[in-house]
Amino acid sequence: MAQNVRAYAAAVGTTVRSIWHGMSVTLSYLLRRPVTIQYPDRTPLPVRDTLPSRYRGFLEVDAAICTGCQACERACPINCIAITLEKDPTNPKQRLVTQFDIDEAKCMYCGLCVEPCPTGSIQHTREFEASSADLRTLTFRWAEEPFPVYKVAKDATYYPRVPLGSILRPMLEARRWDARGPEFLPPAETPASAGPAGGGRAGASRGTGGPASSAPQQESEKKP
Amino acid sequence: MSQPLAQPLAEPSPASKRRARGVLGLTLAVGVGLPGALFGLIVALSPLRTIVPAGWSDGEVFLLHAVGLVVLAVVLVTFGAVISGMSVWWEMRVSSRMQSRVGYNRVGAGGFLQWIADAVKLLLKEDLVPAEADGVLFRAAPYFVIVGFALTFVVLPFGQSLIAADLDVGLFYVLSVTALVVVGILLAGWSSNSKWSLFGGMRSAAQVISYEIPAGLAAMVPVLMAGSLSMQTIIQRQGAWPWQWNALTNPFALVAFFVFFIAQLAEGNRTPFDLPEAESELVAGYLSEYSSFRFAIYFLVEWGNLWVMSAVAVTLFLGGWQVPGVGLDVYEAARGAAGSIPGLGWWGLQVLSMLVFVAKTLFLVNVIIWIRWTLPRIRVDQMMSLCWKYLVPFAFVCFVGTLFWQLLVTARPWAALATGVALTGAGLVATFFFLRLTLRNVSAVGDRVDLTNW
Repeated sequence: MAQNVRAYAAAVGTTVRSIWHGMSVTLSYLLRRPVTIQYPDRTPLPVRDTLPSRYRGFLEVDAAICTGCQACERACPINCIAITLEKDPTNPKQRLVTQFDIDEAKCMYCGLCVEPCPTGSIQHTREFEASSADLRTLTFRWAEEPFPVYKVAKDATYYPRVPLGSILRPMLEARRWDARGPEFLPPAETPASAGPAGGGRAGASRGTGGPASSAPQQESEKKP
Repeated sequence: MSQPLAQPLAEPSPASKRRARGVLGLTLAVGVGLPGALFGLIVALSPLRTIVPAGWSDGEVFLLHAVGLVVLAVVLVTFGAVISGMSVWWEMRVSSRMQSRVGYNRVGAGGFLQWIADAVKLLLKEDLVPAEADGVLFRAAPYFVIVGFALTFVVLPFGQSLIAADLDVGLFYVLSVTALVVVGILLAGWSSNSKWSLFGGMRSAAQVISYEIPAGLAAMVPVLMAGSLSMQTIIQRQGAWPWQWNALTNPFALVAFFVFFIAQLAEGNRTPFDLPEAESELVAGYLSEYSSFRFAIYFLVEWGNLWVMSAVAVTLFLGGWQVPGVGLDVYEAARGAAGSIPGLGWWGLQVLSMLVFVAKTLFLVNVIIWIRWTLPRIRVDQMMSLCWKYLVPFAFVCFVGTLFWQLLVTARPWAALATGVALTGAGLVATFFFLRLTLRNVSAVGDRVDLTNW
């Protein structure tokens, strides 16, 4: 605090000068163009298209080349992938994938499911925008229609995967933000012996008792 | 990254263009229509008291005036609420530009309807009264605040004849009814039964009561110069040109203007004096426990006070509604016989004087907003030391100085005009240097003045 006249006057002077400069600085910012980009309206390209190519966004499964090996399900450290395989009722030698649910709300984007996939069917895309009113919409169902597993030819040198993102993007764009999530049946009545292992797969595994589970030809999905 | 971003935007579809036009139309209708209608009603209703239709009995005339005043009261309170909401929107837009961002832009064109959306949101919230609060006081506090705010509009002039009531004690009345706001804030702080609210209320009481002293002393300077407490008389004694304004004809009044302005900021709890609601320490200060409509009232009053503060400062120091080139006798001549319905020319003059007053007031509102986003909040001890060690002595010096100045002006009438011209010139020079400094600040970082992308 000011102890003498000179300090008192200096305090007043400093106040006036600093306000003078400060007001000028804020006014100069008012006159400039904002530096922010108005996401997502005024980005010239969708932001997902500007991301690096190895960005780990939502997982995409190309059902046409999925072998149904369940390697991804086993690799997932948080059990957000749920796969159910059944025999084709019309052709007993053909196996069908009747459920392939990935709970992207639980997914931690570690990429461990991508690595063991023998055909490159499951891959990370650059999609990341799927805000919605219902958390369950983030459970992506890749086997809405049961699909036959892919048989790898002995001398195959490549797998005919569709371009990355070409399946997922139309799915996301067709979805409204307030769309209802998929309906899951309540957890199947399991004896206590199934215990936490069976019930532990919350989220996506709520679908393990899904529409197909009542089919008589269901294979045992219990893995050691 | 910059390569793909440089591509042109996709052409918007006709449907989205139509929608954008509709939004723009609605925004303009609300943004121009609402204040326009309110200003129009103020112009139409304020002079109603002076009109006595021929052939009406005393009772009928009284009824007409009474109904007119009641409608005018509703219009003025609505005006306070609307101007408060619009100030919120404008403040948010300005502040975001000052922080290099875009700000509100989703609801309506330029985000203009955001204040309506905010109000509707607040009204739909649950109205909570804390279990341990003093329920009666808690519920009563917002009424003190809103009444203290609304009552000031009684004597706020809008134009030559546009004032709800030109009280002889106008300025004294303003200072006393604004004190009601302090009562409300103190009640809110006490009755909430929360330490944050209590601290906020106590700080606010200490601050507002302290700053009443410099504000009152500084407000006495134009009173001394005009010889009246009436708001309209204070304006009528000033001239229309800047060198005839109270603040510029008297160097003491110029200092008093700054003292008054700073003290008003503190009384309105505006940054840099928003200690009572310092978010970083006190959550929201005295209104921490409020929600819903009661919270909305505090919010409304805080931003509505921008208009009140600016209007009072314009009235006292900056010439009020005086239109350059239009003397007081011009209004008299256009008025016609007393009691009759005035001619169109008189109404035109009223609108003109209102435009002048509103323009000056909005300028000061912008300055207050500008200060808020420039200066950081000061400490409690700094707030007290600013008041008692700087503003109060300065206000006393101005008060006493004005007494001698009035003696000088009486003896040498040209002194006022000479000071006015000199101070106006100094103000223009200061503005020039300020703008030059601002442009240098813009170009110093290789940027340029660009007002697009609002």
